[in-house]
Amino acid sequence: MSQLTFRRSGSTHVLPGFGLSMGISVLFISLVLLLPITGLFGQLAGLSLAEYWAIITEGRVVASYMVTIGAAAVAALVNAVFGLLLAWVLVRYEFPGRRLLDALMDLPFALPTAVAGITLATMYASSGWMGRLLEPLGFQVAYTWVGIALAMAFTSIPFVVRTVQPVLEDLPAEVDEAAMTLGATDGVGFRRVILPHIWPALVTGTGLAFVRSLGEFGGIIFIAGNMPYETEITALMIFVKLQEYDYAGASAIASVVLFVSLTLLLAINVWQGRFIRRLHGGKG
Amino acid sequence: MRRIGDAPLMRRLLIGAALVLSALFLLLPLVAIFAQAFSQGMLVFWENVSNTFTLHAIGLTLVIALLTIPVCLVFGVALAWLVTRFSFPGRRLLQTLIDIPFAVSPVVAGLIYLLLYGRNGWIGSWLDSYDIQLMFSWPGILMVTIFVTCPFVARELIPLMQAQGSREEEAAVTLGASGWTMFRRVTLPNIRWALLYGVILTNARAVGEFGAVSVVSGAIRGKTNTLPLHLEQLYQDYNAVGAFACAALLALIALLTLAAKAGLEWRAAHQEALV
Repeated sequence: MSQLTFRRSGSTHVLPGFGLSMGISVLFISLVLLLPITGLFGQLAGLSLAEYWAIITEGRVVASYMVTIGAAAVAALVNAVFGLLLAWVLVRYEFPGRRLLDALMDLPFALPTAVAGITLATMYASSGWMGRLLEPLGFQVAYTWVGIALAMAFTSIPFVVRTVQPVLEDLPAEVDEAAMTLGATDGVGFRRVILPHIWPALVTGTGLAFVRSLGEFGGIIFIAGNMPYETEITALMIFVKLQEYDYAGASAIASVVLFVSLTLLLAINVWQGRFIRRLHGGKG
Repeated sequence: MRRIGDAPLMRRLLIGAALVLSALFLLLPLVAIFAQAFSQGMLVFWENVSNTFTLHAIGLTLVIALLTIPVCLVFGVALAWLVTRFSFPGRRLLQTLIDIPFAVSPVVAGLIYLLLYGRNGWIGSWLDSYDIQLMFSWPGILMVTIFVTCPFVARELIPLMQAQGSREEEAAVTLGASGWTMFRRVTLPNIRWALLYGVILTNARAVGEFGAVSVVSGAIRGKTNTLPLHLEQLYQDYNAVGAFACAALLALIALLTLAAKAGLEWRAAHQEALV
């Protein structure tokens, strides 16, 4: 790890550009990120509390929360295991194709979500490459809840891999050599030595994957089937309300989604901050 | 010395599992895109790509990306400079704020812009009285694209500039370089590769954005349809080959993005070895 050096020059800045960069940053963040959120509150102000409550607790909307949260949780847990495996294999072993595998990890971020969406839907439909194999066995993926979780897992896997990988790389060889010398088996060594070291990163990565899955839209709607009460995600509910020109309804549901994702983001940031402080011995 | 998980059987088992799962889960979809796009031959693929509406969608998508990149570049460099070179109250807050686009659902991003700049919004209704309409036209698409892509450049630059520290820049200023000279001669050469990768990521996302754009575009064929929206329409119209032809073009951009990243990483590792 390179040491972080924070130069505090007090009130006089040696380096130029404080005013300019502050001006650009604050103007941009205010206009692009914060101002539009006022539009949402403006729309919500037109609703009474009872109306607002009625919209966000309507049966079909609540069902969509359940579907979204449930599928995102399953996707995040699957990704925690799969992502840890991939990060481990990429960091610890040398084998032909390792660099290719490493490059492939970023595919879900680089690939437009709509492309991922139609591809997964086609592959897992009953006539597709995977569907043809799975359906005779009794697994239906496309147009079910499993398909939603699959699409979420696909679009968010890099979060886990890319968060755990650098931490695993930083773990010095002496640590697990010592454990092995003292007679630990692979399982015990992993649980007692490796896991305590990487688990904050694993939680952060899984958390980010979960937040991303809650908001994902393009990757999911094609494979979801979008049956009311069964396979409708919350992002789609907002979209449906908008198509009905029900702006108030769309805003109310969006405010719930926005609140949940911003709270989770903040929680992850605080958690990460505390973890980094611990690593740097109370500083930073 | 043996490390945890180095036993030959364990090693083979884990590598095997990682390769098989990645092949099924990540590689197969990639192959499927191109297999579907070319399933009826090169000619049909070409007909789909050279269709007027597809060409228009490609054009609009490129224009949006070209306009988005400079905006995100200026913002990203300014913010990274600010938070890595100065300490001031609110520095951490700024760093958290730029993550908002990553946490907000694209559909919600589109919606908040629609509410503000649409005909019923407080800015939109004011603009409407001057006959300016931003939503359901290309400026709206541009605005939401900037929203979803603005963190990428800053996110690439901040860790790098923090690690590099400001000593070289301070030396330049102390020796009498003007701000602009310092930036051009010292800062820029140090950050150029991270900057380039930030631009590549911005481009990949700008070209492929779907949720936010589908809320504000109106998706009018030949007018406000970007490539991902056009692909959706073709797919809904049961023109799978057409949809996958567009998907293949977008997947190609994604592959170029991955190749660029691998290339830049290889470069960085190589440079380290030389130093």
